[in-house]
Amino acid sequence: MEVTTPSDCEIVMTRIFDAPRELVFNAFTEPELIRRWLLGPDGWSMPVCEVDLRVDGTYRYLWRNDADGKEFGVRGVFREIARPERIVHVEKFDEPWYPGEAQVTSSFLERDGSTAYTMTIRFESQAARDEALESGMTGGVQASYDRLAGVLGLITA
Amino acid sequence: MEPLSYGGLPPERLNATFMALADPTRRAILARLAGGEASVMDLAAPFAMSQPAISKHLKVLERAGLVSRGRDAQRRPCRIEAKPLAEATGWLERYRGLWEGNFQRLDAVLVDLKTEPKKVKRAKRRRS
Repeated sequence: MEVTTPSDCEIVMTRIFDAPRELVFNAFTEPELIRRWLLGPDGWSMPVCEVDLRVDGTYRYLWRNDADGKEFGVRGVFREIARPERIVHVEKFDEPWYPGEAQVTSSFLERDGSTAYTMTIRFESQAARDEALESGMTGGVQASYDRLAGVLGLITA
Repeated sequence: MEPLSYGGLPPERLNATFMALADPTRRAILARLAGGEASVMDLAAPFAMSQPAISKHLKVLERAGLVSRGRDAQRRPCRIEAKPLAEATGWLERYRGLWEGNFQRLDAVLVDLKTEPKKVKRAKRRRS
């Protein structure tokens, strides 16, 4: 998994999957498949997963912590759908952790039977992007992580 | 997108840690303090920087909880506080693990789809 920040307002995450893009596209868009993997840490389930995959259609995801009943949700609207190579949607979390909405472009690029999945998240402003980054959304906040690793390396050395 | 706030630390606390670590001089100060406590004068010595400039960096590190100062009025020795660093690293590892966990589950789903392609439903297509 690779995370980059190609412009002031964007975060890009890339992951390779060993499957044709038609299958990867389905796994990202069909509720019965999404529910099998988009679950987060152990102990969380996904009681709501609704996808109306058409332009101006909406989606709704809700996760629940099985232990304490805590819930976490996101909803959005599809802006562009080009099966099986590209989806553009806007997303908004129930409890916002960055200002405004973000536009998310998913692209599926197939090569030799594998699929490079790229998610580009475009925020309304650099400030919103940076807030999201600082919240740790890139699953590594790679630069900060490297800094930490470097510092910790010196500490344990 | 996935939840990021699962059992996380308050973001403002992590922000303070990351901001403090963003500067190379502050990282060097932490590296020096990892070897044992030191006075501001000790810390300023290897840098082409005045003691007030070093003190400014120390204040940022102190506010982030990464450094504490001793009570000795003369020297006020600085020492490193390892806990916020460990917490921030742990948080990032959990978050990275969250996405990687999702994607590994997806890898398994894709293996199923490849071996049983007929089970893939195409109901959504009619609506798009």
